[in-house]
Amino acid sequence: MDSTVTHSAHGHEHGDVAHHHEELGFLRKYVFSLDHKIIGIQYAITGLLFLLFGFTLMMVMRFQLAYPGHPIPLIGSIFGAANAPNGVMLPEFYNQLGAMHGTIMVFLGVVPLAVGGFGNFVMPLQIGAPDMAFPKLNMMSYWVYFCGGMTMLASFFMPGGTAQSGWTSYPPLSIVVATNGQVYWLVGMIFLITSSLLGSVNFIVTIVQLRAKGLSYMRLPFFVWAQLVTSFLLLLAFPPLEAAGILQLMDRVAGTSFFLPSGLVISGKPLTVAGGGNPLLWQHLFWFLAHPEVYVLILPAMGIISEIIANNTRKPLWGYKALVYAAVFLGFMSFIVWAHHMFMTGMGTTISAFFQTTTMIISIPSVIILTALLLSLWGASIRFTTPMLFALAFLPMFGIGGLTGLPLGLAPSDIHLHDTYYVIGHFHYVVAPGTIFALFAGVYYWFPKATGRKMNETLGKIHFWGSFIAINFVFMPMFIQGLGGMNRRMYDGGMQYAHNAGLLHWNIVIGVAAWTLGICQIPFILNFFGSIKWGALADKNPWDATTLEWSAPSPPGHGNFLTEPVVYRGPYEYSVPGHAADFTPQFEPERA
Amino acid sequence: MEIPYTVEPRPDSGLANGKLGIWLFLASEVMLFGALFSTYILLRVGAVEWPHGELNVWLGAVNTVILICSSVTMVVAWAKLKMNDFAKGRLYIIVTAVLALVFLVNKYFEYAEHFGKGEGPWHSTFFAIYFTLTGLHGLHIIGGIVVMAYLAGPGAKLWKRNPDQFTNRVEYTGLYWHFVDLVWIFLFPVLYLL
Repeated sequence: MDSTVTHSAHGHEHGDVAHHHEELGFLRKYVFSLDHKIIGIQYAITGLLFLLFGFTLMMVMRFQLAYPGHPIPLIGSIFGAANAPNGVMLPEFYNQLGAMHGTIMVFLGVVPLAVGGFGNFVMPLQIGAPDMAFPKLNMMSYWVYFCGGMTMLASFFMPGGTAQSGWTSYPPLSIVVATNGQVYWLVGMIFLITSSLLGSVNFIVTIVQLRAKGLSYMRLPFFVWAQLVTSFLLLLAFPPLEAAGILQLMDRVAGTSFFLPSGLVISGKPLTVAGGGNPLLWQHLFWFLAHPEVYVLILPAMGIISEIIANNTRKPLWGYKALVYAAVFLGFMSFIVWAHHMFMTGMGTTISAFFQTTTMIISIPSVIILTALLLSLWGASIRFTTPMLFALAFLPMFGIGGLTGLPLGLAPSDIHLHDTYYVIGHFHYVVAPGTIFALFAGVYYWFPKATGRKMNETLGKIHFWGSFIAINFVFMPMFIQGLGGMNRRMYDGGMQYAHNAGLLHWNIVIGVAAWTLGICQIPFILNFFGSIKWGALADKNPWDATTLEWSAPSPPGHGNFLTEPVVYRGPYEYSVPGHAADFTPQFEPERA
Repeated sequence: MEIPYTVEPRPDSGLANGKLGIWLFLASEVMLFGALFSTYILLRVGAVEWPHGELNVWLGAVNTVILICSSVTMVVAWAKLKMNDFAKGRLYIIVTAVLALVFLVNKYFEYAEHFGKGEGPWHSTFFAIYFTLTGLHGLHIIGGIVVMAYLAGPGAKLWKRNPDQFTNRVEYTGLYWHFVDLVWIFLFPVLYLL
């Protein structure tokens, strides 16, 4: 570190750290690192572990749904008599697992991996920066995220267990529940929101300020654009949830009634609070974050996919400018669609009409992006590498997720489908075989840059085909169940309702598919850790790619580039006529 | 390794890193307080009757004047540093922090009076939003005091090494401080007068 390194107003407690060159101890180099690459890897590994943990919760829940009332085999005894007496899951415990599955997957798994992990590691390399603009804030944002994650995990072991009011935490339920899990959830969320605030400020400043010479905005790789828009969403959409979290915490801890209406009766007893609050207020504040959050999940995924498709089709992306404008428009529109989650609340037809209109409008930029990526494949001689397989699967999977969202965006059809398994199928197609596949693609694609070794292709293909088939058997039947009227969040899998009788056998299909999907992740885990040690050595540009990160050594040292990078052209100059190689990197000078 | 544009502005954006950073941070703060003000509006519109005259307008008005003065002293501190007068600059930072402390002392008396009468946040929706908004604002005041104490204390060493960077830090702190002041200028009429 140099003496002129940035000290932000927040970073002053680290201000006395000695400014050594090189020779950092293990703790400073790998644990409390200021290097964006190490922080990115920390985020990525923590995020992957949380994804595995959140998925494990769901595999346990799926047993309960497939075989309600049966003792959970093998692991049933570890949950304790309070949660699963004799291995049979109690409804309260099912609710805890459900609430935490959603929370962990979204806030602790996907976002930290997509933004904290890939954004941190790849973005500064792609813009030719030596590091993030505020390295200390960057470290702080990881550790604040880590504290949030630990708070959430610890709440499982507290008396009464963790939060059990769904990842949406709708009041009054979340406030009147007798156990304290919700308090831990709220405190954890405040940590996570603070972390993403620090991260997003850092990302935007880095992209605006630290672009290499010659790297104008329209020469940015699409991944960087996606991260830029995502950061604005995190910056502006998360604070209202922080406000809502503070208000709910006040309701739980200080006895206020922001979200509790007057005259509320719980179990036959009137609640002794002042009242006068409004439960719908929470929903508005929550979805004001949580809808932009959907695009926080999907935009980095689209960015990753764009890089991989351009690289493996050996063609420029079709419609780069359209992609950029669509992403910016998407980001803007995502702030004015939130109430399409609330058609059932009776907020009135005028408001519903407004949000239906904006919801239909926001589908246009998504379709533009998907179409541009699809047309990029046209006439290409595609290299079917593992990252490309995941990227190709992303297109139809995200397509299904997006198109099934249209009936949910229109109030008349939403009233039938609301809170059914159809909704679960819809958003999981966007996030699981959509975003998470894109994240896998990104892991396979940038692994050589992070480690200097490639991941194994055979194991990668087993991982891909197994996951691709299994995941469709998990989510496709949910559309059938949902259209048949099966409600979500039922711990007995819907048995108690007669109209579900013909749909229950799908629970077994979904369960088996979910456990198969779990088994299919084993090759990935083996591949990931094995390749660090035994993977084929990769040079600095193993995929013959064009963007700046591939001009740095693999793995890049502290400060990233050996010489100051200069950019001469756009990001995707593949197969330029008249050139000997089929790729012309951004950093290659123009030949006279 | 050196991160560019930590002190001098980047030509095409016209900003140094820290200045862009603090403006973005303030944008998110606007959203945070915006959500709470929206909550206030929604609760008030939905209420059968809204209490008036519950708060001590005089104390609130005095606090408003104090905060506005502290904004002025903050700008003077920055101006003195720009004119290379470190001693005066530091003095005005301390004056700003002291004014902020006086604000908090007044706030303490107000809080104590309400709690003494049993008017805690649980008492009614009005007091719930009053304590939440002013409490969060108070936390921002405390944050400002901590930063000013750092700048006038251990952080002042930077002046010898890199006066421009130190001056910039005071400027960024000032931007934050004006924002905190501005929030109060909205809070005062909304809670005390309307």
